[in-house]
Amino acid sequence: MSAANDPHLEVKDLTMAYGDFLIQKDLTFNINHGDIFIIMGGSGCGKSTLLRHLVGLKTPAKGTISYHGVSFWDAPEDEQAKLMQKIGILYQSGALWSSMTLAENVAIPLERYTPLSRKEIDEVVSLKMALVGLAGFENYYPSEISGGMRKRAGLARAMALDPDILFFDEPSAGLDPISAKLLDDLILELRDSLGSTVVVVTHELASIFAIGSNSVFLDPETKTMIAGGDPNDLLNNCPDPKVQAFLRRGIEASHP
Amino acid sequence: MDDRSQAVAFLSEFAKQAGATRVTVRDGGIEAWDSALLTFLRSLGAITRERGETLDLSGLPEGARRLLTLADAVPERKGARRTASTKSWLTRVGERSLKGFEDFGSSIHFLGELTQAFVAMLRGKAKYRKSDLFAIIQECGPEALPIISLISLLVGMILAFLGAVQLRMFGAEIFIADGVAVGMVRVMGPLMTAIIMAGRTGAAFAARLGTMQVNEEVDALQTMGFSPMEFLVLPRALALILMMPLLTIYANIVGILGGAIIGILMLDLTPAQYYLQTIGAINLQAVLSGLMNASVFGVLVAISGCMQGIRCGRSASAVGEATTAAVVNAIVYIVVANAIIAVIQTVTGF
Repeated sequence: MSAANDPHLEVKDLTMAYGDFLIQKDLTFNINHGDIFIIMGGSGCGKSTLLRHLVGLKTPAKGTISYHGVSFWDAPEDEQAKLMQKIGILYQSGALWSSMTLAENVAIPLERYTPLSRKEIDEVVSLKMALVGLAGFENYYPSEISGGMRKRAGLARAMALDPDILFFDEPSAGLDPISAKLLDDLILELRDSLGSTVVVVTHELASIFAIGSNSVFLDPETKTMIAGGDPNDLLNNCPDPKVQAFLRRGIEASHP
Repeated sequence: MDDRSQAVAFLSEFAKQAGATRVTVRDGGIEAWDSALLTFLRSLGAITRERGETLDLSGLPEGARRLLTLADAVPERKGARRTASTKSWLTRVGERSLKGFEDFGSSIHFLGELTQAFVAMLRGKAKYRKSDLFAIIQECGPEALPIISLISLLVGMILAFLGAVQLRMFGAEIFIADGVAVGMVRVMGPLMTAIIMAGRTGAAFAARLGTMQVNEEVDALQTMGFSPMEFLVLPRALALILMMPLLTIYANIVGILGGAIIGILMLDLTPAQYYLQTIGAINLQAVLSGLMNASVFGVLVAISGCMQGIRCGRSASAVGEATTAAVVNAIVYIVVANAIIAVIQTVTGF
């Protein structure tokens, strides 16, 4: 599925920092159409911060992030708004708006960006809810459902506008192994059926190997990327001991 | 010095005197041990290492040896240790001052953004949910009535009591009605309502928006192209600005009623007397000036609550700090604004 010369998202010389505090520097990688791109690395290495940069929530200290060749941070505001409509994000906690029902949560982006009638919006909402396996829960509030269901509802909202590219921030965090596996399957299914590009921030090895087709590995000590590519290739061919230790759950590292 | 460090000092001194190069610890058949043993051995280990002596722990229970090995397994990360804050007094004053300027700048920025949102609303371009606006109006209007009733009634009664003691000496009890009416309408009505709303609604705004910040709900809004200012802050500010004058009118009436209760029950005034005296004491100008105060206070409570909420950090303690700051700032703003308005009114005679 992944076409090597068809970059959807290009990151070039990206440096991320909070004020004077450097998070990561010199990140350069491409995310191709149809990729399931994994952003991995140990806790605190800046994975989620990278995601916040990619989706336009945080301005880079240096470098460019381009969607289809259009540099996000150099684009005028209305262009940025258009780009952001093509992005869907599932936040770590689901980030559903707690004062609204699940259906209202999913409907909001549709009300904002589409000329659809109320009835059509309701139909789209019901479709998205069914796709994530939450048919019948339209009128529940986020506080009334479980964490796994909240994530799936968040996914329904992220998919509301049929985005070209879907971002997942630690999708399996806090889920039991079965729910996590189901979510992985759902991600694969969505990629294959919708043809979206998927970017996943995770450190779940099972997910990384099961769904990842490309990746970048961030290192908290040198504060930059030390590897990239298909995670299965990295497992077999990457010589870097940190990458090996990570992908093999530290087995090589703690018992050299 | 406690027992343990005394023991360490004694042992190391003893080893030094004896010219030993090797210190051996044996357990002497102990059956139970806890962290006290481990901390003792770690201190001993540090000293022997420093002197280049060898510490032989092979005579210890296996569990203790393994835990000590585990504690030393991951070397301390270089540069990670942080000494407890030793910043000088001057540095701290400087940092606080810089932070103060920064906060002031960000408040001005917030005000600017809010004004833009209001302009967008007037032009019909602001994106917020009408249903949210009505829910917030319900929350900070009608639902505040019980507490406003209680406080205003008591404030009215207190004003009457205070006046009664003084005025009775002159046989001028009837003027209680004037005192209560003017006091409530011009000052106490708007002020008490504003303080109640700061504690009740300002805090709720800060906590609500702060929690939304922690839950990434604000991020989700932004990435979907909604301005948090229009979607979250605007309806809250609007609701409070609309509700504050109405709540104040209500507080005035209840306060005057409280005064009347004292006047009628304790000072033997008749209801008609009290009513006529009250009507004579207040005029439209007094009421309007009170309501103007109320509107200003509404804006201040809304701004400080929403600003703290939106600027909240991403932790539970940050939400607590935001809520505290929202209430404290709102009350300070209200009192300062009240003083400024009082001066302006005195000078202009309004």
